[in-house]
Amino acid sequence: MAGRIPLVLLACGSFNPITHQHMRLFELARDHMHQTGQFQVVGGIVSPVSDVYGKQGLAPALHRVAMARLALRNSDWVSVDDWESKQPDWTETVITMRHHYSQILKQDQKTWPKGATPPAGTPQLKLLCGADFLHAFQVPGLWKADHVTEVVGRFGLVCVSRGSLQPDRAVHQSDALSRHSSNIFLVREWVHNEISATEVRRALRRGLSVKYLLPDPVIDYIREHDLYTWESERKNEGAVLRPLAQQGAPPETLAD
Amino acid sequence: MENSYQTKVVLLACGSFNPITNMHLRMFELARDYLEDTGKYRVVKGIISPVGDGYKKKGLIEASHRIEMARLATESSDWVIVDPWEGQQAEWVETAKVVRHHYEELLAAEGSNDEVDTVKAGKKRRHEDREGCTHFHCVRTAGPAAGTGHRCRQRGDSDRKWRDVPQLKFLCGADVLESFGVPNLWKSEDITEIVGHYGMVCITRAGNDAWKVVHQSDKLWRHRKNIHLVKEWVSNDISATHLRRALRRGQSVRYLLPDPVVHYIQEHSLYSAESEEKNADVILAPLQKYSKGCS
Repeated sequence: MAGRIPLVLLACGSFNPITHQHMRLFELARDHMHQTGQFQVVGGIVSPVSDVYGKQGLAPALHRVAMARLALRNSDWVSVDDWESKQPDWTETVITMRHHYSQILKQDQKTWPKGATPPAGTPQLKLLCGADFLHAFQVPGLWKADHVTEVVGRFGLVCVSRGSLQPDRAVHQSDALSRHSSNIFLVREWVHNEISATEVRRALRRGLSVKYLLPDPVIDYIREHDLYTWESERKNEGAVLRPLAQQGAPPETLAD
Repeated sequence: MENSYQTKVVLLACGSFNPITNMHLRMFELARDYLEDTGKYRVVKGIISPVGDGYKKKGLIEASHRIEMARLATESSDWVIVDPWEGQQAEWVETAKVVRHHYEELLAAEGSNDEVDTVKAGKKRRHEDREGCTHFHCVRTAGPAAGTGHRCRQRGDSDRKWRDVPQLKFLCGADVLESFGVPNLWKSEDITEIVGHYGMVCITRAGNDAWKVVHQSDKLWRHRKNIHLVKEWVSNDISATHLRRALRRGQSVRYLLPDPVVHYIQEHSLYSAESEEKNADVILAPLQKYSKGCS
């Protein structure tokens, strides 16, 4: 892997709760980026959104972070960062990326996450997202132009497509995205695997089994704290998503 | 009312399990939720029965490995177990015979002591650190010794009587239902026995028209009341074929099957381009058998 660019993948989202599917995205993205021959993936960061995000049925960040930590406890390269979840207001994706990139540069002086040997070259940070994220760029006025330039141009996207979504088409149809298309890596997921957190919550409040859709320790944690119920699903009902109230931008890189 | 009795059910899944995936394990969870939700059944056990090497399917690795992987995968379950009997037979065993074998085992167990509880207690002993019940909003009864296993809030049960011998039902995916129509793959009387006498629970994907298969087959239609079709809303299409492909290409399969199975595969370097060539030009055992014998 000598001469490769060290790369960290960042995923932002609700993680309400984290599922096997979220973790698969990281595995798929790493395989893909290694196959390009240009990158060495040295870390992955799961960044759960803060409570002020205001999404319906959003469990407290404290729990969402704890569950993500349990789920990734056996991963030797993906970890959970609670910085975004602790911010008093909703944080724009660009801001979160800037924060993590400065952390990475700082860390680069010392050691790499989880003890990996530091590779040569300046590390990069890319946003890991689902295909639905790209489609948001097609909606006029949702994204600030300079934010697009920074997220896609300066950092870059690794986008895993699921189901019938066509990420390449979304790139083609957006001028901003196609301008930076060399910095957008599209990963095709061949296994049709749509474990959405919405479906998981639905099954949970109906008393149905969710075993094998998310790790056992997370299931135990949910049961212990009685997390996803009819009542909790009504949380933030009818509320306007914080980012929509703020600037009208679609925030989630991993829509479930 | 028929609801004054709940029938005990044991679910049996036959297949290659080459290797076992989270999707195979989900089938059991979905089937149990579905059957218990009818109010008529209580699912007391799930059995995974990997096929023997005599099946001669392409890329089928040794039964000993497949059995061990299934065992590792079910370690965290308090109701699903692996039975090595079929996998250990030298010759391929017809599925109807496997079903019969397991029913006889159930009858024998009923004669002596409660086999289900023994299995459960054995698992509990191995996993004392884990909570047994995988069901949500479940009222945990008297602790690990509670022999009847988990009981759920929505099903008041203290005054119910259980029938003594459990029913054995054949658990499968929609592909098996469809395979009933493939010439020379199944003996006609075997289908009648499995579906008519025992009954089947078939997991179908949203959008898959399994009822159409039943409708278009007179034999299946006759036994439609013994066929339970369970819709899987979360599409979770992890095929073992895809997994093997990813494995021999060195791609990650993590989170598609339980971690202990991933480690086992790595440790024994199980799925390679070479292993995929196994039985490459061999005719599948049932096809060999039935295309010769009957016509």
